[in-house]
Amino acid sequence: MTRHLLSAADLTRDDATLILDTADELARVSDRPVKKLPTLRGRTVVNLFFEDSTRTRISFEAAAKRLSADVINFSAKGSSVSKGESLKDTALTLEAMGADAVVIRHPASGAPHTLAHSGWIGGSIVNAGDGTHEHPTQALLDAFTMRRHLSSLDGRKVVIVGDVLHSRVARSNVLLLSTLGADVTLVAPPTLLPVGVEQWPCAYSYDLDASLEGADAVMMLRVQRERMDAAFFPSAREYSRRYGLDAERMERLPGEAIIMHPGPMNRGLEITAAVADSDRAVIVEQVTNGVSVRMAVLYLLLGGSDSALGGVE
Amino acid sequence: MSDSAPSTSYLIKGARVLGGDAIDMLLADGVVAALGADAARSAESDVETVDAAGLIALPGLVDLHTHLREPGREDAETVDSGSAAAAVGGFTAVHAMANTDPVADTAGVVEQVWHLGRRAGLCDVHPVGAVTVGLGGSQLAELGAMAESAARVRVFSDDGKCVSDAVLMRRALEYVKAFDGVVAQHAQEPRLTEAAQMNEGSVSAVLGLRGWPAVAEESVIARDVLLAGHVGSRLHVCHVSTAGSVEILRWAKGKGIDVTAEVTPHHLFLTDENVRSYDPRFKVNPPLRTQDDVDALREGLADGTIDAVATDHAPHSLEDKDCEWAAAAMGMTGLETAVGIVAAAMVDTGLLDWAGVADRMSRRPARIGRLAGQGRPIEVGEPANVTLIDSETRYTVDPKAMASRSRNTPYAGQDLSARPVATFLRGRLTASEGVVRR
Repeated sequence: MTRHLLSAADLTRDDATLILDTADELARVSDRPVKKLPTLRGRTVVNLFFEDSTRTRISFEAAAKRLSADVINFSAKGSSVSKGESLKDTALTLEAMGADAVVIRHPASGAPHTLAHSGWIGGSIVNAGDGTHEHPTQALLDAFTMRRHLSSLDGRKVVIVGDVLHSRVARSNVLLLSTLGADVTLVAPPTLLPVGVEQWPCAYSYDLDASLEGADAVMMLRVQRERMDAAFFPSAREYSRRYGLDAERMERLPGEAIIMHPGPMNRGLEITAAVADSDRAVIVEQVTNGVSVRMAVLYLLLGGSDSALGGVE
Repeated sequence: MSDSAPSTSYLIKGARVLGGDAIDMLLADGVVAALGADAARSAESDVETVDAAGLIALPGLVDLHTHLREPGREDAETVDSGSAAAAVGGFTAVHAMANTDPVADTAGVVEQVWHLGRRAGLCDVHPVGAVTVGLGGSQLAELGAMAESAARVRVFSDDGKCVSDAVLMRRALEYVKAFDGVVAQHAQEPRLTEAAQMNEGSVSAVLGLRGWPAVAEESVIARDVLLAGHVGSRLHVCHVSTAGSVEILRWAKGKGIDVTAEVTPHHLFLTDENVRSYDPRFKVNPPLRTQDDVDALREGLADGTIDAVATDHAPHSLEDKDCEWAAAAMGMTGLETAVGIVAAAMVDTGLLDWAGVADRMSRRPARIGRLAGQGRPIEVGEPANVTLIDSETRYTVDPKAMASRSRNTPYAGQDLSARPVATFLRGRLTASEGVVRR
């Protein structure tokens, strides 16, 4: 394992498999009445959030606490780019407090990379979402969820639909899922695919209906209504018609196919309520798995050895 | 411009003028007083002899595009510190861009910068006047007043911002004809580059940084060359960065349109691959492009489609670069590394010889800026603006050793082989061995 988790591209197939296998073991802790392991006792994990994301923060918080780490939540929203305390000074403060790991969410792409390579801070850096760059633990929890339902990811067809251009979830998933052997197809209107996507390790299409054929998993991305003001698409209604997942489209999917969404959902825009609440949807399960996967990441980055997991068995 | 007569004469022995045969030259009374065997013969007894065996002698370099930051951001650079960096870098004249605070959009501000340059006395500082009031892009600044001021402004630019309004650009191009001025356009279509962070392409797609498409530059250049042709005006294009821009310029020159263009050393040397580090020292406007663009720019400079190398020296304080990419300022320093980078990109690759470097870094930029006493050949009777370059000793770029007040060079640790070792401004030594001489 590397010392930091900044990008899904940092992970080899073996690394990713180790994280997922470890998460499998740790998931059993969550089924016990006492959901706690002593593994990271005395270690400090800082959740450094420069942007609101209650879901991701509490997931990391639960993960760290179940491993008995001390958790500090540092909400620094708007304090960097908007001329408050600089990222550097925040980092130096955390270093002075003795953070062993810093989980960072930041609106600027590359901020976790800068933190990891600046020399400002010595601990492990975990990217919890940076701008429109990456969100590697989301990809890991998605892969974990798929693996549970589809057993192996090798040769599985995964369709990711929506605002790929602005999506850190899509970037990390393309990298991780391709590493794990899945065939990924991105589906979006041409305006919401980045220039250069043709060099990504995946296929892409503008046609949702054609792409759903033979899919093993369909991942719907959140689409912000504001995007239509910048002419990425003409209207929410047209977007839903062409790229939304409704019951009719769902019916055409193969019987075992699962439906995913990283949340928060725009019901009625990229996904209808009927689909989101159907038993094909594994969206709530993704949230549960997020804790196990983040436990595994913290555990492995902070130097846990396999034998320390003995207590889980 | 007149300086007090220099007290020292220099006998420079064995320099290779434009990379040719070794020759002696005598610099006295501000001019090249003698060349060849005459030089030693004519030297007074108190002449200072410079052993220039193996060194290349070029006419003093002229930069069309420098940010000296004064007035307003004296923490990053001053006219004095920027002049020192210029002298160390082999320059004898620089054009100081107008995006200061206050903006150089009146006779008062350009005269202030001009006076500060005279006081520093390390190179000729020629202020660039803003095209529009406050770089606002809506109302012409008093171009005539700046032209007639003591600073005698001939180059006008809103650099940092594009004169994107087609009518305003047309009027500016026409208006400056009255005093033989030139509009230097920063070609960047603003709507296509809102919040843009780096070149749009395969690297920006992976890094999740907002793309800055080549077409945003090329479409403005295409419009401007057509406008310049239509009204019969002179146009200069700042920091050309894409292969498409080179093609448009080549076409325009072929049509006889009076357009000139510059390229920066960094666009000849670095690519958007450098941005994978998210290191803000590589954040610059226009952004670093692809290797294909670099190759086309080198070719364009070699065949003369691009007339000049200009540094776009853009000093920034440490705090404006010691941060995450999105929060960082755009720009990199360039005066002190220009010769080394141009040599690596153009001379070592066989694309230009030293005579070609002199043409692109001295003669042509001086002509574009209408600087009578700069960019002249090294001949008897010409102003003694001379730069001596060591092209053989390898060295490593050390930001801490620089004369600029700022340290935001992208070349820290880079090994280079060419470096200016002495600069003479009208016969006066302004820098030697990387140290400014006052």
